[in-house]
Amino acid sequence: MGTFHQDKGELHGITVVVDTHGEETWVGRCDTVLAEGVVLLDGAVHKEGDNDRGKQQWLERAAKFGVWKTFDRVLVPAQQVTSVRRLAEL
Amino acid sequence: MPYSPLMVKPMREELTSIGVQELRTTEDVEQLMDDKDGTTLVFVNSVCGCAAGMARPGLRQALESSVRPDRVVSVFAGQDLEATARARSYFADVPPSSPSMALFKEGELAWFLPRHRIEGRDAMQVADDLISAFEQHCAATVS
Repeated sequence: MGTFHQDKGELHGITVVVDTHGEETWVGRCDTVLAEGVVLLDGAVHKEGDNDRGKQQWLERAAKFGVWKTFDRVLVPAQQVTSVRRLAEL
Repeated sequence: MPYSPLMVKPMREELTSIGVQELRTTEDVEQLMDDKDGTTLVFVNSVCGCAAGMARPGLRQALESSVRPDRVVSVFAGQDLEATARARSYFADVPPSSPSMALFKEGELAWFLPRHRIEGRDAMQVADDLISAFEQHCAATVS
C-alpha cells in the first residue's frame, strides 16, 4: 500500500531535507513540489549560526531520530532550493 | 480529532491478531513499562497510509523471526491520546512520529525506528530492520 495521494508526486508523504542557497536547511514531510517551491509539513528549520549544532550535526541527529516540529506548513521558494533529499538516505 | 473507531478497528486488529498487546490507557502503559525485565517493543500505530501500511505488515513478518522481544505492545497515535503521550514519555528525547517503533532493553531505549525510516519502503525492508534490531538486542546471551 503506498500513498493515498498519487497525484502529488513521488515525494508526497516522504520526509525530506531541503537544502538552500542561504543559511537555512529545512526538514519536513514533503506535501508537493510545485513550480513555486517545495511545500513541507510538520518540520523544522536549521539556520546556520542560530543553533548550538552545526548543519551536519543537526542533520545527523535528524536522520537518526527525526526533528521536533516547529512549523505546520511552509513553502520553500524554488529559487532558494539547491536540493531535495530523502532524510532516510542521509 | 480522532478518526472513527470503526475506521481504525482493522488497523488495531492487524496488530492484535498477531499477538501485539494494545495499551489503551495510561495505566496500561505504566503497568507494562514499569516491568523493566527483558525486552519490550513499543509500536506507535498510526492511520497514516503512506508508512503505517508498511509498518504493520513489517512487524508481522519480523515477529515470525526466531529472535523476538519478550513483549510487543502498541499505542495508537491520534486515537488513544493519553496512552500514546504516556508511552512517548519513556523516550522523551526522541521527537514524536508515527508510525514508529521503540525497543527497550531492561527499561532503557535500545533502538528506535522513526517514521521517516519507514516511509517509501516495503514491508520486507521494515521487517529486515526489525529483525536486525531483535538479533542485536533480544538474542539470548550465552555466559
